[in-house]
Amino acid sequence: MGMTIAEKIIALAAGADKVKAGDIHTVTLDRMMSNDGTTHLTVDMYHNQLKHPRIADPKKMVFIVDHNVPSDSPKTAASQKKMRDFAREHDIDFWEGQGVCHQIMMEHYVCPGELIFGADSHTCTYGALGAFGTGVGCTDLLYGMVTGTSWVLVPETVKFHLTGKLPQGVYPRDLMLTIIGTIGASGANYQVMEFCGDGVQTLSVNDRMVLCNLAVEAGAKTAVFEADEIALAWLEERGRKPKAVFKSDEDAVYAGEYTFDLSKIQPVAAKPDFVDHVVPAKEVCGVKIDEAFLGSCNNGRIDELRVGAAIVKDRRVSDHVRFLVVPASNEVYLQAMEEGLIDIFMKSGAIIMNPNCSVCWGSCQGVIGEHEVLISTGTRNFKGRAGHPSSKVYLASAATVAASAVRGEICTADML
Amino acid sequence: MSVGKIFKFHDDLDTDQIIASQYLLLPTIDEMKVHTFESLEPEFPKEVRPGDFVVGGENFGCGSSREQAPRVLKALGVQAVVAKSFARIFYRNAINIGLPVIVCKELPDAVDSGDEMDLSLTEGTAAAKGHTYPCTKLPPYMQRILNQGGLIASLNKEEV
Repeated sequence: MGMTIAEKIIALAAGADKVKAGDIHTVTLDRMMSNDGTTHLTVDMYHNQLKHPRIADPKKMVFIVDHNVPSDSPKTAASQKKMRDFAREHDIDFWEGQGVCHQIMMEHYVCPGELIFGADSHTCTYGALGAFGTGVGCTDLLYGMVTGTSWVLVPETVKFHLTGKLPQGVYPRDLMLTIIGTIGASGANYQVMEFCGDGVQTLSVNDRMVLCNLAVEAGAKTAVFEADEIALAWLEERGRKPKAVFKSDEDAVYAGEYTFDLSKIQPVAAKPDFVDHVVPAKEVCGVKIDEAFLGSCNNGRIDELRVGAAIVKDRRVSDHVRFLVVPASNEVYLQAMEEGLIDIFMKSGAIIMNPNCSVCWGSCQGVIGEHEVLISTGTRNFKGRAGHPSSKVYLASAATVAASAVRGEICTADML
Repeated sequence: MSVGKIFKFHDDLDTDQIIASQYLLLPTIDEMKVHTFESLEPEFPKEVRPGDFVVGGENFGCGSSREQAPRVLKALGVQAVVAKSFARIFYRNAINIGLPVIVCKELPDAVDSGDEMDLSLTEGTAAAKGHTYPCTKLPPYMQRILNQGGLIASLNKEEV
């Protein structure tokens, strides 16, 4: 019996010839990422709860301030200072305000074949490069930091066979929301979503990040693509080399299989308050909005900024809408400036923000008030996710978000 | 201490509802815990008593990996979370911090907020309204972490 990509990555990290779903293994972690959402608690535990405080290998650690940056209050500043001081004292790579954590990790660290823990649920993004990234809490992160290891229950893998090509005006985000709407918010609970099929060849690394990033919204432990020529070329451009390049074996065991024909996917939206409440975008057209958000670790890269800019070019954002544009990193921001996209957004009346998690996590920027409505390229639309508990969040593609910002109500780009 | 009052929540209860993003960077769990379930049950932090239970449906604790979610529940004295199923990160976090998370398929539909429940971790049962329901036992690896008071306590014990 063969192994899937995920099983091979775990086997390598466990020093085992073979692993299978359901086994528990001790693994050596290749890298650990922690952001300002929880690191202050990790640092407190390090100082106050460990019998023998130590760091197995500081070179494997990355700390990133991206959630409330720049700081919004003295208390936030204190929590972030704790993180910053700890990183400096222990010689840990430290990033602040340079981008959303997963974007920084993809731009600078992630390599195919690695097993990475991140104290953030969207760590599953790293599967776009054939790595096994999974979200953990700060206690797991601390244990990993101290011992260099952790325990992993080998998850089952579910195959998502993608065929064909997305139609013009339909994006990977529409595809992934459609998949989540189909299988449900716990449709892949504790499983790995493996994407394969000829449709994969039509998807760039950016596109694959969009898919993998949202896997946790279906409950998945992670998602993964094979590190193919597209992924390896992307990696080489950045001067990095794979740890290992794995394919799933022909006789690998899958817990289930789905097929999605990309050519049949249409623009969709996830209605409040659940990511799997997915409907054709046309069904929610006409809903008045107060704010539109283009950004996040899911959808704030250059591809999405290009899509959004093409739509608002020579148009004005509606008078009663705040349109927040938040590049996912400074690298993305710089490229957007070089391409003239920032000019286009500013002339349309958009508000350009520094790279950070912004209103996607509803704590720092652009937080919305009572009964307000946000249309967002963010990751979640849970009750109160973007601010007041009575506010509502619709999730859609960059195209639908930008078009809605112009119209002042939800609409698809072809309706402008 | 095994009998407690139930606070019941819906399917797909996400960790944002347990503790909202805007409180996560507060310096301590004690400062956060007064905001537990603020969007759904704002009186929860005042009404919950040590030994009470949170009961959920399917996919309890989905969404964000914020460990503050199980921690505020533990800090308020919640004895255990009982649900039909759990999202994986919440489940793992809860065990890591020593908060029992119990899978019980039948009980959640049979009870309401305010009912009393008696949980026996050793027997693997939950009883409410005159019925006793079987719970799924934790895998031994996770049970050991829980018995030792969580992952860090377990690590400290290994390092005599």
